[in-house]
Amino acid sequence: MAKKVSLLIVDDEESVRDSLLNWFIEDGYRVECAESAKKALSILESDNFDIILADIKMPGMDGLEMLRRIKSLKQDSIVIIMTAFATVDTAVQALKDGAFDYVTKPFDPDDLSHLIRNATKLIQLAEENETLKVKVISLENVEDLIGSSKPMLKVLKQVEHVAQSDSSVIITGESGTGKELIAKAIHSNSPRKFFPLVSVHCGALTESLLESELFGHEKGAFTGAMYNRKGRFEMADGGTIFLDEIATISAKMQVELLRVLESKSFIRVGGNKEIRSDFRVLCATNRDLKSMVEKGTFREDLYYRLNVVTLHIPSLRERIEDIPALVDYFVKKYCTSMNRPPIPVDQAALRRLEEFDFPGNVRELENMIERAIVIGNGKEIRLKDLPLGKTMIDSTVESLDDNEKIHILLILTKYSWNISRSAKALKVDRVTLYKKIKKYGLKPAD
Amino acid sequence: MNLQQITLISFGYFEKDFLELIAEDVTREFLLPVKIKEGHLDLSEFHDFARRQYNGNRLLKEVDSKFAADSAKTIGLFAVDLFIPILTYIFGQAYLDGRSGIASLYRFSNERYGMKKSDEMMLERFRKEVIHELGHTFGLIHCHVPTCAMRSSTYVEDIDQKSTSLCYQCREKLNEHSPPSS
Repeated sequence: MAKKVSLLIVDDEESVRDSLLNWFIEDGYRVECAESAKKALSILESDNFDIILADIKMPGMDGLEMLRRIKSLKQDSIVIIMTAFATVDTAVQALKDGAFDYVTKPFDPDDLSHLIRNATKLIQLAEENETLKVKVISLENVEDLIGSSKPMLKVLKQVEHVAQSDSSVIITGESGTGKELIAKAIHSNSPRKFFPLVSVHCGALTESLLESELFGHEKGAFTGAMYNRKGRFEMADGGTIFLDEIATISAKMQVELLRVLESKSFIRVGGNKEIRSDFRVLCATNRDLKSMVEKGTFREDLYYRLNVVTLHIPSLRERIEDIPALVDYFVKKYCTSMNRPPIPVDQAALRRLEEFDFPGNVRELENMIERAIVIGNGKEIRLKDLPLGKTMIDSTVESLDDNEKIHILLILTKYSWNISRSAKALKVDRVTLYKKIKKYGLKPAD
Repeated sequence: MNLQQITLISFGYFEKDFLELIAEDVTREFLLPVKIKEGHLDLSEFHDFARRQYNGNRLLKEVDSKFAADSAKTIGLFAVDLFIPILTYIFGQAYLDGRSGIASLYRFSNERYGMKKSDEMMLERFRKEVIHELGHTFGLIHCHVPTCAMRSSTYVEDIDQKSTSLCYQCREKLNEHSPPSS
């Protein structure tokens, strides 16, 4: 069933408020009224409205000032300014300040209906757009789960199984094994798939940043908090939150997280209103959480709350039979992104890839293939294009100059031969880069 | 006093046959007996000289306070141009889930919109409007079914698209509605 559109009517004249209230209630909207801008702002602090119809001339704060304040709190608010005294200047000012439209009292009933219908359509389109974006994001990349080896098939079967439940899952595995892809696959196959999958890289954020990122913040909560901002838990309402590198969070955040997981409610940083959100938690780590619990560096209660199901992703060493399929997939992926036809992989190179240890797992293999396509001859991937430990010593890439040449070519290709961006990435000036290109005779590939 | 009947009060001249036709529509849609009465009001008190129209809010209050006590629902029928402060005109209005409403014939004539005169069309539009406002007094809100009498209409061509009857969903809601206690 469609959500009921809500309207806030702000006008100092009681007859206007009552007339509009009756009109919109008969249309099935949720309507509230405020007799002043101050009252409206106080209502808006605790309640959300889709459309705000505000009179321009009111005692105290006028409609334009109120419009600016509403926009500073919530940029996408739809505010329609009403006035009995239309002037071009005020109309222009209202529209400049972000009003959706400007209408002169009294309105033609047909114009009013059109105006509200258009605003409602805009709200519905924005909501639909958000839902579809999330749906597209969550559905893409699922195909990246490549593998028909026994350990991988076991994981895929587990994914299929846990996706249908609502339990918390800890995904373990070495760095680069594809834990985030597994999280995406669980979400995309779950009943929550039409709602967002929100990922948070816990290890990349400081404690205070992580707190604001997870719970959101109110305007003015700290220096730089210019707007109210939804946190990741709020954004994940109806969907899934994926907490990557969960083992890195501080003791204080562990307590906060446990509380949120238990109550499914939280308060934004600097706020006082409790916000409820319905989300499923998936988390990932490459550390041994159980031994961290034994050492006292990870809370036991949080561990048990998160660890309803554990999914272990095998390392690439444990599934070498998947390497040819993965190589084939990455070759196609990078050749397509570089606008080239897919190229074959030399048998000797493929054999060495299957023998290699891959401490960085699938991520390392992927980077290796990307590099080989960039620096190779463009016809096939040869053994010498792959930086495979000992093979590097036997290759022609021994001298510092050769390495510099390869690295510069790699960066130039990465930035589509944009000299400024490549020079910036290499941390040299453009003249130096031009000199190096000339010295090594580098040319863009056809 | 009969709280199981609907009263139609005419404030202005309406043909008896026409009022009986409306009464038939009302009985058919709301399954309650209808009483037709004549009402007397000094309409000049409700006239807004600046707008040269009659204040619908005040008229509705007047009908509700002075004429609506002895019926389940009461609708005041007018032939003057109605307005409310925020809108340039209204065809009628009612208290949602209340006991009274008003409707006016004034804006239903074809000539007002440059079309060929048709009393038949004017009267049919008015019958639909009476059912619509009565529907509000029974707690019905606007309906999206194009032919339902409860569809919101802001111009006459829109009214011509709908019928004098309630759609299935609105009828279901009406059946769930319990009559006001007193």
